[in-house]
Amino acid sequence: MTASDEIWILGIRMTKFGKHPDLDTVDLAAEAATGALADAGVTMADVGVIAAGNLMAANAGIGQQLQKQIGQTGIPVYNVANACATGATALRTAIMAVKAGEVKYGLAVGVEKLSGAGLLGAGGRKKAEADVWAPAGRYGAVAPVDGRIGTEAMPGVFAQIGTEYGHKYGGTSFELFAKISEKNHAHSTLNPLAAYQKKFTLEQIMNDVMIAYPNTRPMCSANCDGAAAAVVCNGETLKSLSLEQRRRAVKVSASVLTTDPYEDGCQVLPNVNTLTRNAAATAYEQAGVGPSELDLVELHDCFATAELVHYDNLMLCEKGGAADFFNTGATWRDGSTPVNVSGGLQSKGHPIAATGIANIWEICHHLRGEAGDRQIENAKVGLAHVIGLGSACGVHILEKSAA
Amino acid sequence: MAEQIPLVDYLVLDDGSPHLIAQECKACGARFFDRRNACAGCFATEFTTVPVATEGTVRAFTIVTFAAPGIPTPFVASVVDCDGTQVRANLINVEPDPEHVRDGMKVRLATYPMGTDSAGTEAIGFGFEPAT
Repeated sequence: MTASDEIWILGIRMTKFGKHPDLDTVDLAAEAATGALADAGVTMADVGVIAAGNLMAANAGIGQQLQKQIGQTGIPVYNVANACATGATALRTAIMAVKAGEVKYGLAVGVEKLSGAGLLGAGGRKKAEADVWAPAGRYGAVAPVDGRIGTEAMPGVFAQIGTEYGHKYGGTSFELFAKISEKNHAHSTLNPLAAYQKKFTLEQIMNDVMIAYPNTRPMCSANCDGAAAAVVCNGETLKSLSLEQRRRAVKVSASVLTTDPYEDGCQVLPNVNTLTRNAAATAYEQAGVGPSELDLVELHDCFATAELVHYDNLMLCEKGGAADFFNTGATWRDGSTPVNVSGGLQSKGHPIAATGIANIWEICHHLRGEAGDRQIENAKVGLAHVIGLGSACGVHILEKSAA
Repeated sequence: MAEQIPLVDYLVLDDGSPHLIAQECKACGARFFDRRNACAGCFATEFTTVPVATEGTVRAFTIVTFAAPGIPTPFVASVVDCDGTQVRANLINVEPDPEHVRDGMKVRLATYPMGTDSAGTEAIGFGFEPAT
């Protein structure tokens, strides 16, 4: 592999996640983008492409709105939408442009305003009280099916993904899932950019409001506002930059995006397992590292039930062994494979399109040795994972610079 | 007797006892509950309508206690393995709590009335109930 084939993150920034009543999506995207540019030591004049995502307003052209806020240079913009994998998709798009040799620097941005958004995915087809039952839609339904034929709301969908894992392999319980949440909330107390930095006891988590068994409220990802952005370039470009830039640059050893291949039942309950496993396998091969070499992992814990299955899907444990793996303490910040030391989506928060870049920011922060109180000592390799239902999965493996 | 209409078109009420139907790929046997131009698994384009087994096993569930406005809670959402065909459905005629709902429990298809419209047509919903 030559230097021009290598991809580096030169600059990256996330905003504080939480409630930002005085900032709109453009303000937040601009804060993250200008932060990433400054971190990279480049300006909009250097950037050759923007890939941007804002899922809840996917038709609004957030990329061009951002240009009008921070610099209109006439470069191509790709506005992307890929559910909760939107941020990773934006980054991957910028990486592909750099890798293709079309541009020197690519800027990826993800932003969301989600405070107070409530349940996502729920409600289905809106229908006025009909006078006469009239079949409509692909299933010829005479009434909304959400709540009558299963659930379309995310907490229940991911609850089933967790109980399905228990059905296949055993070892799961309400208490086990709650303990995963206890870990992430404890981790969040060290992260000043997390939406919530509140430690919960196991009892508090289990006795909180039940949303969809076994997920109580603190076991669900926190809807909040936030943005994240990154500047990427190739190794050849990096060589021409200052020692300081080279020292802080983070190598993207693997960048993979997958969708779910057909399997029995995958159109009935989304199968978030196979596409994650496929993405991870490809990423480990691209990077030439194995799961045991990871110093930290940020994975898509949109619900406590989801974190468990991804221990297995990312091959951090033996197949079927996720419950035992967690019970050994491996995924706490002092364990063998720290997972979600940022606090994860449950406490750091989940501004959808920002998440896929924010989790990469977290890994970079540790690889650069800049994570302060929550620094994982001597972190050299990390993995960031996101999944968007529908489905799309992004996995990035990142390595510390040798410079 | 008043006319009946099923909640969805893959619930069959007028051909023997109530049952679900699926579109089965003639080439690989993959089953879908709505139309496909080609099979998602093997891309073949011919399908045949088949009945789905009315008994099955709960392979995933959740008890939803917080839902979108207008959806009565609690309810039990689940995926039932009906002799190899995965079916999304509510579990009904069972207490919606973790003491009464377990993964692996045996269930069977059941129907229930959803109400009658101004023309006198009764809508019929379905779910799965414990098979004792």
